[in-house]
Amino acid sequence: MANYFLDNPALKYHLDHPLMQEIVALKERNYADKDVFDYAPLDFEDAMDNFYRVMEIAGEVCGEVVAVNAEGVDHDGPEVINSRVKYAAGTQRNLDAAIQAGLMGLSMPRRYGGLNFPMVGFIMVSDMASRADAGFCNLWALQDCAETLYEFGNEEQRQFFIPQVCNGSTMSMDLTEPDAGSDLQAVMLRASYSEEDKCWRLNGVKRFITNGDSDIHLVLARSEEGTKDGRGLSMFIYDKKDGGVDVRRIENKMGIKGSPTCELTFKNAKAQLCGDRKMGLIKYVMSLMNGARLGIMAQATGLSEAAYREAVAYANDRKQFGKAIIEFPAVYEMIANIKAKTEASRSILYETARFVDLYKIWEDIEKDRKLEKEEKAQLKKYKKLADAYTPLGKAMTTEFCNQNAYDCIQVHGGSGFMKDYACERIYRDARITNIYEGTTQLQVIAAIRHVTTGTYLAQMQACQAEIISPELEPLKKRILAMTEKYETMVKQVMEIKNPEYTDFQARRLVETAGHIILSYLLILDANRMDSFRHSAEVYANIAETEVHKAANFIENFDVDSLAFYKG
Amino acid sequence: MDLKIIVLAKQVPDTRNVGKDAMKADGTVNRAALPAIFNPEDLNALEQALRIKDQHPGSSIILLTMGPGRAAEIIREGLFRGADGGYLLTDRAFAGADTLATSYALSMAIKKMGHFDLIIAGRQAIDGDTAQVGPQVAEKLGIAQITYVEEIISIADNKIRAKRRLEKGIEIVEGSMPLLLTINASAPECRPRNAKLVMKYKHARTVTEKQNEDTDYLSLYSSRPYLDLPEWSVIDVKADVAICGLSGSPTKVKKIENVVFQAKESKTLSNSDSDIEELMIELITNHTIG
Repeated sequence: MANYFLDNPALKYHLDHPLMQEIVALKERNYADKDVFDYAPLDFEDAMDNFYRVMEIAGEVCGEVVAVNAEGVDHDGPEVINSRVKYAAGTQRNLDAAIQAGLMGLSMPRRYGGLNFPMVGFIMVSDMASRADAGFCNLWALQDCAETLYEFGNEEQRQFFIPQVCNGSTMSMDLTEPDAGSDLQAVMLRASYSEEDKCWRLNGVKRFITNGDSDIHLVLARSEEGTKDGRGLSMFIYDKKDGGVDVRRIENKMGIKGSPTCELTFKNAKAQLCGDRKMGLIKYVMSLMNGARLGIMAQATGLSEAAYREAVAYANDRKQFGKAIIEFPAVYEMIANIKAKTEASRSILYETARFVDLYKIWEDIEKDRKLEKEEKAQLKKYKKLADAYTPLGKAMTTEFCNQNAYDCIQVHGGSGFMKDYACERIYRDARITNIYEGTTQLQVIAAIRHVTTGTYLAQMQACQAEIISPELEPLKKRILAMTEKYETMVKQVMEIKNPEYTDFQARRLVETAGHIILSYLLILDANRMDSFRHSAEVYANIAETEVHKAANFIENFDVDSLAFYKG
Repeated sequence: MDLKIIVLAKQVPDTRNVGKDAMKADGTVNRAALPAIFNPEDLNALEQALRIKDQHPGSSIILLTMGPGRAAEIIREGLFRGADGGYLLTDRAFAGADTLATSYALSMAIKKMGHFDLIIAGRQAIDGDTAQVGPQVAEKLGIAQITYVEEIISIADNKIRAKRRLEKGIEIVEGSMPLLLTINASAPECRPRNAKLVMKYKHARTVTEKQNEDTDYLSLYSSRPYLDLPEWSVIDVKADVAICGLSGSPTKVKKIENVVFQAKESKTLSNSDSDIEELMIELITNHTIG
C-alpha cells in the first residue's frame, strides 16, 4: 500500500513550516467560508488537518494508481485519432482517479468549486505526482492555468470555466509556435474580431503544446494587426466544445511520453478575450509562466525523489564482492549526493511556493479592499522574492534532477542501461525539465538581476542572522565564507562593466547564489528537524566545491579571452 | 430509476499484512498487531453501489456495519467515498457472533431501516473467509440473491442483470429487486476517498465517540446533523438477545493451531515432457491447480 505522502516525512515537514500560520489565516480570510461551505476549515488546526488528509489521498492516488501505471503509459503513450488525442489507457485511469479524489481546482476559491488550498498544497501534489510519473504530473498540474483565468478573466468567465476545471476539465496553455519558442514576441497566430458573429476568431498554428487537446485552452494570439512584437499579443480562452482546433500530430518525444505534445491548427476557432487586449504576453503569460516554472520545480523535485529511491533500493539489494554495493564508498557517496540535492531542491521549492502564496494572497485581498501601507509592503516584498526564487529554483532543481537521474543509472551499472528498471525512464523524463518553460540559460537571464541588485545577498544575510543550534554553527561559518567569496565574484564581474561579459559569467554567479541559498535553507531545515543534518553537511560539501570552482574561473578569467569562445 | 441501496461492510484485521506478531502465543489472533481495515471485497461492493449512483444520481447509499465502537471508522470511510449515511450496529450482546447470529442481527437492522431496493455486500471477509453472511441475510429477509458478482450489466424494469465470476467461467443471470448481491474481488476496485467529502465528514461521530473524545467542535453537531452517526443496539433493532452474539452462535471453535509452513523433502524434475506431464497430473490430482 504505497502512499507517497505518508512514506516521505519531508513533505509533512514542509507543510508544517512556521509561515503556514500566516499563509493559511490570510488565504482563509479568518475562516469566513466555514459558514457557507461544509468542507471549509473551522480554524488553523482544522485547516492543517485538512491538508494532511487531502495530501494523504493524493499520496495514495500517486502511489497506488499513477506509479503503477507509469511503465505502461511510458510504453503505450497517447495517439491521435481523427484529429483528437486519445490518452494511454493508464493515463486515463490516472486522470479518472485524480478527478474522483476531487484533486482538481486545488487552489481555486470555494465559490467556484475549488478547495482554496495555498500554492504549497498544489505544489505538493505535483511533487508526489512527478515521483510517480512525471508525464502525468503535467496533465494534473495544468489545472494551474485556472489561476490565470481567476486572476485576469472577468467574473462571467470565472463562473463559467473554473467550476469545470474543479470538476476535472483539463487545460492547456497554447503559447509556442514553430517560429516562436523562447522568443514568444514572434507569436503569429491571428486573432480577429468578427463583427458579424460578435466574437473573436483564431487562425494559425501552435506547436509543442502540452496536453494540446485539452478541454479549455489559454491561447496567446496576435490581436493587433500589423504589429510585430509582444505588445500586439492578447490572451484568449478557447473552449473545445466550440470546435475549430484540430490536433495535426503529436510529437514522438524522448521522455514524459504520457503527456501528449501537440501541433494544433486553429481554423476560425471561436474564442473569448481574457483580460485586456495587448496585455497577453506582457502581463498574463509572464504570470502563467511563473506559475508553470514553479510547477516544473515540483516536477524536478519529484523526479529527484524517484531517482533517490530507485538508487537506494537497488544499491541495498545488489550484492557484489560479497556485500551490498551501498557499502562501497563510491556508491554511498553518489547516493548521499542524490539525497542532498533532492532535499535541497525540496527546500527551495517550498520556500518559493510560500513566497508565491503570500504575494498572491495579498493581491487577491487587494481586489476587495485597499491595502494598508504595511500590507502593501508585504505584497511587494514577497512578489520580489518569488520573482527572484522562481528562476533560481527552476535552474537549480532541474539541473539537479538531471544529475540525480544520471547518478541513479550509474548506481544501477549495466542494468540501469536496460529498460528493466525505472531509472532509465526517470533519466529520459528528467531531460526536459531544464529545457521547457524556459531553459536554464533563460532562467539565468531572469535571475542575474537579483545577483546584481543584491536580492540574493540580502536573503543570504537574513539566513545568516537566524539563530541556530550550536552544533550547526561550524557549518554556518563555512557558508558565510562562501557568501563572502560570492560577494567578491560579483564585484569582480561587475567591475568590468561589460554587459556581454556579465552575461558570459551570469550562470556561474547565479549558480553560486543558488548553492549558498540552498546551503542556508538546509541548515535551517536541520535546525528544525534533525533528519536533515546529513543532507545539510553533504550539500555544503557539494556547494563549497562548486563555489570554489566558479570563483576560480572568474578570478583567473581574462576578458579578452572571450574571443576564444566565439567563431 | 432511483434506488435505495444498502451496503454491508465489515471492519476486519488486515490479514494481508501479517507480521510475526500476528498470532499470540496461545494461538489466537493478536488483533492489536493488525491494523483494522475496511474489508476489501466490501470496498468492491461499495464501488458497485457508487457506480449505480453515478448512473442514477437520485439513488441513496446507506452503509450498515456491525462491530465494536471503532467500526464507526467504516461508516466514515464510506462517507468519504460518496455514501450518503450509515448505521453502526454495536452492542456487547452482538459480540462473538458467528455467521448465523451476524446475519440475524443485520437482517433485523435492515428491517428497521425500511424500504430498500438493493443490498450489496462483499463476497466474504478476509478474517473469516466464510462467504456465508450475504446469502444468509438474503434468506432471512426472504429476498433473492446473486452471489460472486463481478459486474452489474444493466438495471431496468426492476430487474438487475449481473455477471457472476465462477470457478471455471462466467455466468450472466437476472434477478428481480429487492435483491442482494455479493461482489467478487475481481470487480473494479473502489474509488479513492474524495477530498471535499473527507473535509466535510471528518468530524462525523457516533454518540459514544463524542462522549469519549475531547473535541473543540461540539457546537458543530447541532448545526450539521449529518455529522451524527447513528448507533443501534440489540434493543433498537428489536432483536432477540438469545439468538445474538455468542449465545446465538452454534459455531464453536474447538482449537486454533498456529501453522508454520516448512519445506519438506524436495523433488528434482528434469525438463523432459514425461516429467512435466507427471507433475501436471500430480498437481491436478491433489487440487493444487485446476
